[in-house]
Amino acid sequence: MAILEVQDLVKEFGPVKAVNGLSFEVQEGTITGLLGPNGAGKTTTIQMILDLITPTSGTINVFGLPIHDNREEVLGKMNFSSPYVSLPGNLRVRENLATFARLYGVKDVWGKIDELADFFNIRKLLGRMTSTLSTGQLTRLNLTKALLNDPKLLLLDEPTASLDPDIADRTRKMLQRIKNERGVTILYTSHNMEEVEEICDTVIFIDQGSFKDQGTPTDLVKKYGHKDLNEVFLTIARGSEFSKEED
Amino acid sequence: MRCFSPSLVDRNLAKKKINTMRWYRIQALIIRHLYLFKRSMPRLMDIFFWPILELLLWGFLSLYINKLNIVGFNAVTVLLGAVIFWDLLTQSQRAVSVAFLEDVWERNFLNIFVSPLRLSEFLASTIILALLRIVAVGLLMALIAFFFYHLNLLIFGFSLIPFVLNLLVFGAAVGLFTTALILRYGTSAQVLAFGMLFLVQPFAAVFYPVSVLPQMLQWVAYLLPPTYVFEGMRAVIATGMLPSGLLLGAIVSNIIFFVLLSWYFYRSFAVVKMKGKLLKLD
Ligand SMILES: Nc1ncnc2c1ncn2[C@@H]1O[C@H](COP(=O)(O)OP(=O)(O)OP(=O)(O)O)[C@@H](O)[C@H]1O
Ligand SMILES: [Mg+2]
Repeated sequence: MAILEVQDLVKEFGPVKAVNGLSFEVQEGTITGLLGPNGAGKTTTIQMILDLITPTSGTINVFGLPIHDNREEVLGKMNFSSPYVSLPGNLRVRENLATFARLYGVKDVWGKIDELADFFNIRKLLGRMTSTLSTGQLTRLNLTKALLNDPKLLLLDEPTASLDPDIADRTRKMLQRIKNERGVTILYTSHNMEEVEEICDTVIFIDQGSFKDQGTPTDLVKKYGHKDLNEVFLTIARGSEFSKEED
Repeated sequence: MRCFSPSLVDRNLAKKKINTMRWYRIQALIIRHLYLFKRSMPRLMDIFFWPILELLLWGFLSLYINKLNIVGFNAVTVLLGAVIFWDLLTQSQRAVSVAFLEDVWERNFLNIFVSPLRLSEFLASTIILALLRIVAVGLLMALIAFFFYHLNLLIFGFSLIPFVLNLLVFGAAVGLFTTALILRYGTSAQVLAFGMLFLVQPFAAVFYPVSVLPQMLQWVAYLLPPTYVFEGMRAVIATGMLPSGLLLGAIVSNIIFFVLLSWYFYRSFAVVKMKGKLLKLD
């Protein structure tokens, strides 16, 4: 069952075609990687799915509903996190979580925070000022915030960027637990192909705003006859550039 | 596995018809800002300290002017009253601008707007914060004015209510406008958030009646909602009555400003979503 359907999505920023007729689906219960080189249009696509950027044309259906006309309903069952957004450093962790729990209309605010604090092992941090947390702790806090509303679909833009290998690995484990134990579908971007191979059920490759390929990491590696996803990435990313240079 | 098809769509369409603002989301944002005030000295200083200083400055000046014995002119009432009401206006404007800027500074803006929060709920929360701020600062200034300078704001009686509401609404409208400018032109437009009202002050007949302005500027003055409040204030001092023309002028001009400026705000938000600049605000 497709939880997210993107069809013929186009976004032009003046002369720049950031997204150029992109179509893909995300199946419920999967971790799906949205991959592509810098500037491929991943962030722009994610922001359009969140109704933070208005598409030039095309449709985005989440839970079968066009996002733009059903903002409240859809956003209530979705959440988002990325290193380029942060929770206010001048609030306590507990206060930040309570604010977002209330924003999402969570019935039992403190009960929910308790439950997630255990899940992410951040109970000790609840009383701390958010600005004093380490990067790893912030990553957990941001994921906690992103689960407050029990989302069905979680969008993460480079959640493991700038994390050290240890924290990155813990974060990956957490994403898998979020999927397995809480039944959350995850669409996320990353430039770390090893990581993607490890945790993604499916990956979608895009380049210059267009769909390139989709499949399980194993299938794609086989299809392109390479030894790993990194090489697949290089082939797909460079394919277009080489052809451009050739003509 | 769950099926998301027709039933959910139908239910949703039904829901869309009762498209109302949600108090719990407005409340969430209000509490979020109250958390900040709970422990931030600079914030409390900004809100209470400067108005008090200003009040003292003008209070002593008024005492001095009163000593000059100008017939029929009570400087304490006219000038201090104006200082207090003007300050309420700036409090309202700042409350709205800062409530927005706070989330931009903290890079929290996207977190807020990926929630189901509506723009109207966001606006409502800032206006309620502005009201809380006006009431708190107003009470404090009124007390100081009373005990230090024997100015009793209750001489304005029930006129206080329309005065305060009109200042609240115009301040909020200007706050929205500066917010829209920051959305569009980036945080370099921040200075405007704090200076915008100074552009209005000379023409809004705050400390002197409209009649001292040159004819051209009088027309400008009557376009501005605060003018009616300050003229009204002087009228109440002089006659004990608030002329209904001034009240009407305040309400009509305020509605016009509020509608225009909040339209500009909504429009700016849409433009920014179009340009993809929401995530590039800082
Ligand atoms: N607000 C904007 N205005 C103009 N151009 C933009 C804007 N946002 C993105 N772009 C352009 O659109 C293209 C796609 O950018 P986007 O950020 O979506 O790429 P990305 O796949 O997320 O890249 P990265 O891997 O570097 O994060 C780029 O060429 C970028 O310069
Ligand atoms: Mg990106």
